[in-house]
Amino acid sequence: MTRTASVVMPPVHWLRLRWPAPGALRAGSVMLAIWFAIAILGETITPYGSIAQNLDVALQPPSWLHPFGTDNFGRDVLSRVMAGTRLDLEMGGLAVLAPICIGSIVGVAAGYAGGLLDAVLMRIVDVTIAFPFFVLMISVVSLLGPGLQSFFIAVSLVGWVSYARLARSRALVLRSAEFVLAARSLGFSTTRILLRHVLPNAVVPCIVFSMSDVVLNILLGSSLSYLGLGVQPPTAEWGVMIAEGQNFIQQAWWIDLFPGLAIVLLAFSFSLVADGLAERLGKGG
Amino acid sequence: MALLSVEGLAIGLHRGGRVTTLVEEATFSLEAGEVMGLVGESGSGKTIVCRSLTRLLPSSATQVAGGRAIFEGRDLLAMTEAELRLVRGRRIAMVFQNPLSHLNPVMTIGQQIAEPLRIVEGLSAREARRSAVELLAQVGIPDPKARFDNYPHEFSGGMRQRAMIAAALACRPTLLIADEPTTALDVTVQAQILRLLLDLRDRTGLAIVLITHDLGVVQQTCDKVAVMYSGRVVESGAVRPILSDPRHPYTARLLASQPARGVPGAPLPSIPGQPPGLGEAMTGCRFRPRCLEAHDVCATARPPLTQVRPYWLSACHRADLPRVIA
Repeated sequence: MTRTASVVMPPVHWLRLRWPAPGALRAGSVMLAIWFAIAILGETITPYGSIAQNLDVALQPPSWLHPFGTDNFGRDVLSRVMAGTRLDLEMGGLAVLAPICIGSIVGVAAGYAGGLLDAVLMRIVDVTIAFPFFVLMISVVSLLGPGLQSFFIAVSLVGWVSYARLARSRALVLRSAEFVLAARSLGFSTTRILLRHVLPNAVVPCIVFSMSDVVLNILLGSSLSYLGLGVQPPTAEWGVMIAEGQNFIQQAWWIDLFPGLAIVLLAFSFSLVADGLAERLGKGG
Repeated sequence: MALLSVEGLAIGLHRGGRVTTLVEEATFSLEAGEVMGLVGESGSGKTIVCRSLTRLLPSSATQVAGGRAIFEGRDLLAMTEAELRLVRGRRIAMVFQNPLSHLNPVMTIGQQIAEPLRIVEGLSAREARRSAVELLAQVGIPDPKARFDNYPHEFSGGMRQRAMIAAALACRPTLLIADEPTTALDVTVQAQILRLLLDLRDRTGLAIVLITHDLGVVQQTCDKVAVMYSGRVVESGAVRPILSDPRHPYTARLLASQPARGVPGAPLPSIPGQPPGLGEAMTGCRFRPRCLEAHDVCATARPPLTQVRPYWLSACHRADLPRVIA
């Protein structure tokens, strides 16, 4: 036929998630809600202050008074894990925002326009991927000093590439989608077609991926703090706590175990949501 | 003067410096308020001819190679892209075969109908919503207010087609190109959609080009018909004379192959052989290998589209002879 290859799009309707959602999505959302509650309430619900030292009770194993035990300064590990939630969620969540915005716009532009623009943008993506992240991070830190700001900048510089690739592959398909042809037959401008018709569809896999990306960012942020490049002690942050507890791993395993578990559990909640979303938004996502 | 008059339209496919002719000598015309059936088998070039009118060809390799398409006094083929954009949707709208894949899955039906109203007519969000609800009612969608906020996947096939028609008609075009609008629908819904199109024509004076491969549909709904074979219009004119007394053997054989004409129990008549590929070069008549009435002249000279009677064109060397439909 003379028709363009027909593209069957899965029915995607992320604007209207309906309950009951699939089990994974539901379980993940409930767990995330708890994490968010802890993050928002922060120090107001912790049993002790997150940086309050009490050397009389240093290095105590878990007990009724200190369910997660205490560290070498006598700080309550449970309070510190809870207080650290906000920082770690921020690291994960905020570090996703800039990359998803930049990445999906670059990807859609490259995929829809094709030709030279596509080639140039995708080579930039290749170069960015090839650049070792920790080298970049260390150079940003050496310019701006350690801290979350450097972390966000470094992640944004690198993180957009995954989204760009995802959005591009989707835009390549959408370019010949029949509803785009229908939009053109109504006389819409290219800008409008891109923003209203291609972008919202291309961004769907990006949203699913962002859930896993949050997890990667939390791990990354924690490992940077662990290396001393991110959040600085005595601030309660899971990576920092693990780094500090490392010296006492023989006598006091609980200092490292609980922040480690927190990272795993938070990551798990996001993964559940990612899985559930992927299922909900169609297999194409 | 005709609303749309296409003369000698040719379309070529550019590939590696070579140009293959896909369509040539596409000639037909249409008045305001008329319904024209564009008939032919799959691959005969029906869709590409219509897409070329608003330059929505599948790739940049497919290009108009010649001819004229005068629409409301202006040649569509000579327009710039910017001028054409003002024609698309506003003057010439299109409706497609598969309504689900031609609707944006992440926008509600209402938004998609209101969108052209807002950007073309400059209506406010509230006005556009009201007009869109009216349009939905006009195309026969029950409870249009509530249906406005549905997504395409929440509509049935027939309702999606109605919604697509509503979106196409939002900016009150004068010509609607309907590319097999009922092929993906079941028979009862098919009849409803066709009736809706005719009804809209009666109310608004819309002209319609109906692409189809169903001669029965043409007989019931169209005023005019153009028959395409292998990238050429082989016969065109008013429906009744052509379908009762075809002057091109291909039209006659198509008519004979209709199931409705067959004798119950007897095998369906068919046309043996295959049409030549769209790009395939041939001397003489392209239908000759399958034609029962071919003469020597048919192998050497290409039959031009000639007038049989006023407003009746046929591309056959022997167009003056009546055909037997069998």
